[in-house]
Amino acid sequence: METPVITTTGLTKIYGADRSHGRAVTALDGVDLHVREGEVYGVIGQSGAGKSSLIRCVNLLERPTAGTVTVAGQDLTALAGRGPRAGRELREARSRIGMVFQHFNLLSSRTVQDNVELPLEILGRSGKERSRKALELLDLVGLADKARAYPAQLSGGQKQRVGIARALAGDPEVLLSDEATSALDPETTRSILQLLRDLNRQLGLTVLLITHEMDVVKSVCDSAALMERGRIVESGTVGELLATPGSELAAALFPVGGDASGDDRTVVDVTFQGDAATRPVISQLSRTYNIDISILGAAMDTVAGKQVGRMRIELPGSYEDNVVPIGFLREQGLRIEVPGREQKPVPAKEGAAK
Amino acid sequence: MTWAEFSARQPLLEQACWDTLHMVGWSTLIAVVGGLPLGVLLVLTDRGGLLQNVVANKVIGQIVNVARSMPFIILMVALMGFTRWVTGTTIGREAAIVPLAIGAIPFFARLVETAVREVDHGLVEAVQAMGGNTWTIVRKVLVPESLPSLISSATTTVVALIGYSAMAGTVGAGGLGDIAIRYGYQRFETGLMWITVAILAVVISVIQFAGDYAARALHARGGRSGAAPGPRLPRAEEPRTTDIGKVA
Repeated sequence: METPVITTTGLTKIYGADRSHGRAVTALDGVDLHVREGEVYGVIGQSGAGKSSLIRCVNLLERPTAGTVTVAGQDLTALAGRGPRAGRELREARSRIGMVFQHFNLLSSRTVQDNVELPLEILGRSGKERSRKALELLDLVGLADKARAYPAQLSGGQKQRVGIARALAGDPEVLLSDEATSALDPETTRSILQLLRDLNRQLGLTVLLITHEMDVVKSVCDSAALMERGRIVESGTVGELLATPGSELAAALFPVGGDASGDDRTVVDVTFQGDAATRPVISQLSRTYNIDISILGAAMDTVAGKQVGRMRIELPGSYEDNVVPIGFLREQGLRIEVPGREQKPVPAKEGAAK
Repeated sequence: MTWAEFSARQPLLEQACWDTLHMVGWSTLIAVVGGLPLGVLLVLTDRGGLLQNVVANKVIGQIVNVARSMPFIILMVALMGFTRWVTGTTIGREAAIVPLAIGAIPFFARLVETAVREVDHGLVEAVQAMGGNTWTIVRKVLVPESLPSLISSATTTVVALIGYSAMAGTVGAGGLGDIAIRYGYQRFETGLMWITVAILAVVISVIQFAGDYAARALHARGGRSGAAPGPRLPRAEEPRTTDIGKVA
């Protein structure tokens, strides 16, 4: 899990920089990304945050203005050449990176099987090998019976399964997913994410996905990064993020609501992870300091396959009165946040340096 | 027109039909062979195209525009030298094919350009992401995906060529238009003129019907019009979320 498979350093993309007139738009502003082998890495951000530019820069569908992209030890930016056309080396490198798209991008003039065979045709494989591989992949994504159908006869979820099978045809080490579930309904989204997760586990496939849906990150990602205005403002494994005070991603991954009931009260957010989730810390706190604790909001959930609990509690008295009980909670290995108070600097921040 | 008069003219009409089909058939073939690459090239060399070359694009575009707006009868006269060089004569059926084809190439090329431009850019990107080169994209994406529109374009070209071919009589190429003018108009054989009109109407209808049928059959397979046979499933067609990257 340690070798980075995708690394970008100082990746910058400015649209309109080469034109003499018109406004230049900075889509990527010095992005450093490290995706480790065998993990599912999610980049989340709003429309316009630059995540789509980022993933398209990884296989150089979009030429970065500056910075480097390395995939599986190969510096793609060095292969790119100067013109807008991709040279042979870059094309060969691309054939080892699978990509799935929001709108599937299947050829309507070809059957499902022929769509999956397309990358193999480009690789120059024989007809026999192509059809064997295509049928094998269609079986893997659960569409063996649709081989002869045309994309127009499939539902959105089925089309995306074909898209995934096609992306896997060249035996890629890396799969890029550009909003693969954004055009699908919630039910289908779940099944496609499950498929990506299974492929990640079974084939050891590294997946870089971009999304604007927090649920996607929550259900499949091992690591995540938050993008804002062309920069990565937070990144890390989901566990690290949840343990980081003031992490926007953690708060978004796991929101807990509830307001203080009076002025003379202190609201504390407690995050339980791992074995801390099973210990009776709240009742210990109550007994040890003889204070009444109100629970404003609480939730348990599974994030990245781990049990995580989050609770917003209210203690009587001001923050100054509660320094000791809060210290007790911290000692128990819980992540404590006091909303409305200055947070400590966030150690997991990166990528925002430039 | 009596039956006897008609019988006397029948060989003439038959010959005229064959002349028209011969001229239109060959010139269509040449127009497709020449216009298809030209139309694809117009798309590829355009700004933002795969082979972006603004100068080449402007030059090809200008030639196509001029050739397209040239009245056919003038084109035919203007090209006489070239025609003689190609066929050895400026008179007759074979000689008429040269200006017909040259007139139809830019006509078809523009239609091809429009059809190929309609192909979703996402498909081009998908093939680029697989490592496909420009030739692969042309062969596996642009042409097959626009095939229904290309067939409609070819049909339109055939119909336009039938119209042009009526003027080919001026260089002694024969054909239905020639009969209508020389016999129907100049010799006041009104009945014969109406027969040529009827034949042309039937020929054009048959071609249009066949072309539409072929285009629809291909389209239905691809199902982009939603006219696909078999189960029609709801398709996700919500607008693509626009990032800066896609807008710029």
